[in-house]
Amino acid sequence: MTNASLFNAFLTVLKRDLTLALRTRSEIANPLIFFIIVVSLFPLAVSPESGLLRTVAPGVIWVAALLSTMLSLDSIFRSDFEDGSLEQMLLSPHPMTVLVLGKVTAHWLVSGLPLILLSPLLGVLLFLPFEAMPALLATLALGTPVLSLIGAIGVALTVGLRRGGVLLSLLVLPLYIPVLIFASNAIATAAADLSIKGQLYFLAAMFALAVTLAPLATAAALRISLR
Amino acid sequence: MWSFFHRLASPKHFYQFAGRLIPWLGWSTLVLFIIGIYLGLFVAPTDYQQGESYRIIYIHVPAAWMSMFVYMVMAISGGIGLIWKMKMADVVASSAAPLGAAFTILALVTGSLWGKPMWGTWWIWDARLTSELILLFLYLGFIALQSAIEDRRTAANACAVLALVGVVNIPIIHYSVEWWNTLHQGATVTRFDKPAMATSMLIPLLTMFLAFKLYFGLTLLMRARVEILERERDTTWMKEMITESGK
Amino acid sequence: MTASTSAIPQSVSVDKGLEVCNLGCSREDRELFSGLNFRLSSGHAIQIEGPNGSGKTTLLRMLCGLRLPDEGEILWNGRDISEERSAFLSNLSYIGHAHGVKGELTPLENLRVSQAMAARNNSLSLDEALERVGLFGFEDAPSRTLSAGQRRRVALARLLINPTPLWILDEPFTAIDIQGQKQIETMITDHVLNGGMAILTSHHPLDLSEDHLSSVKLCT
Repeated sequence: MTNASLFNAFLTVLKRDLTLALRTRSEIANPLIFFIIVVSLFPLAVSPESGLLRTVAPGVIWVAALLSTMLSLDSIFRSDFEDGSLEQMLLSPHPMTVLVLGKVTAHWLVSGLPLILLSPLLGVLLFLPFEAMPALLATLALGTPVLSLIGAIGVALTVGLRRGGVLLSLLVLPLYIPVLIFASNAIATAAADLSIKGQLYFLAAMFALAVTLAPLATAAALRISLR
Repeated sequence: MWSFFHRLASPKHFYQFAGRLIPWLGWSTLVLFIIGIYLGLFVAPTDYQQGESYRIIYIHVPAAWMSMFVYMVMAISGGIGLIWKMKMADVVASSAAPLGAAFTILALVTGSLWGKPMWGTWWIWDARLTSELILLFLYLGFIALQSAIEDRRTAANACAVLALVGVVNIPIIHYSVEWWNTLHQGATVTRFDKPAMATSMLIPLLTMFLAFKLYFGLTLLMRARVEILERERDTTWMKEMITESGK
Repeated sequence: MTASTSAIPQSVSVDKGLEVCNLGCSREDRELFSGLNFRLSSGHAIQIEGPNGSGKTTLLRMLCGLRLPDEGEILWNGRDISEERSAFLSNLSYIGHAHGVKGELTPLENLRVSQAMAARNNSLSLDEALERVGLFGFEDAPSRTLSAGQRRRVALARLLINPTPLWILDEPFTAIDIQGQKQIETMITDHVLNGGMAILTSHHPLDLSEDHLSSVKLCT
């Protein structure tokens, strides 16, 4: 198998999943609307007072990002599992890890990327200081791919189950904690006008680790789930 | 030596071997528990800072150690089952999970009981307690996945993958929680980090630790035997054994 | 609960092709089949027969390597299929119950994806392949708007664009009309007569002589 055909397989899966996502647009839109609604619940539940909202903003945005990612995760493998496409992928002579990486990349492009683009707006709603905006974008850019990669493992493990939804969040959310800690702390630190290099390095390290190991675990989990 | 392990991989031999080992383990666990608790409650000196309430560490610390240890046992045996398709490794992994969760809960409960006299509240977002809580979530996820998948072999393999993913994540989670904790409440962390412990306090702790380990071994073997009975109920050796014992 | 085989074709070269040795499968503590032996070599087809629930689909999934055998082994050219997986898979086309045709994509797009996933590709163009399975004029309609039989034809068109020697087909004639069944049958017999191999579960009789066709019966 040449590198060119590997890359071609990766691109095909990526393009296929993007086409599918664009043809069922509500699947992209719904988690985003959820993201906005969850964030806007906090001023109503806690207090509209700007000082308080400013301090909780990083955490609120990140928790909402985690939850809305959870909602979109199932779409990575669910419909492909049901109509047999996943079987075909497992029977492709190309390594499953490459195909998984293609699918996860597509998932991130339709769920993570719009989240990043929307986040400054939500920052404004929660009175996040302007200095913290670059940190918000940077942590989301580094963190959301990790969420997609780790989430894919959880979906792969639960895809064969009829009611996998709640179980999926039980499996995946604890694994999201490190990303949550470093990302929301980075934003808060940036708001206090301090350097956030350390946090970003850590997020980048987690990204590197996830991108190398998660596709392996996902491919193994898919093989098990499809038995 | 190798052939011993090889034989242990067969459910029949494991079942019989465990059956012989259980009484020995049971008695030594009981004796160690009595010695450990006696030493811990009556012989070890009173702590000059914390008074008598520190004595809960003789339960809390071994439970916390075991909670990590059991997760490792679970992940390693799960991995063995996944790679070498060894049935007994799957049995061990699935039998270990509820025990590990129980140790974790014990560590959390004793930790919060200790917290009341120490900090005046039942719960504090201390680094170790928080890590322990997340570990409990990991255990619960493992158990939930296991019970959601009907086919035994699929369940064992899926859980093994989850446990291995957890093992990669535990150090990261642990480190990030420690880091988060020092940032938010640096003062409380140091309270746990006592300087070198007096020998008279350490010996009961180590005794209790050993007792916990043996207890884990004991309950693990008992649970594994039950699981073997369930899995192998249709095999000939099992039927022979049951008819023999019925005579 | 035994499996009987009949008329095993004696192949000339021992190692080439697919060989099943003492294969057994149990599901949820229930034994589906055991001690299954057969060999499939170039220019032969095997029809798997058996009542519902006898494990036909399970057997096919095992032959593809999707499911691990509970006992016994499956060899491709003399080696276990899990050993050199990628080499085995590049020789295999499988169409299961769920045939993997995406409703949101057009037949042409579906085939394009399959083409990129395969190891080798035929000179036959995608349009030609669609025409051969009787889908001329439907290339660009979303597959969701096609009938069940037409969607299965899209899946079967994959066999034409990826020229693999081994076809494993689970009920290929389901939902397909009589005229289409003839076309598919010709496709399969052509493949076998040209030196291909096919394993299928179907009660549909194939127009092949005894030399080329044998059957494996699974009983409950």
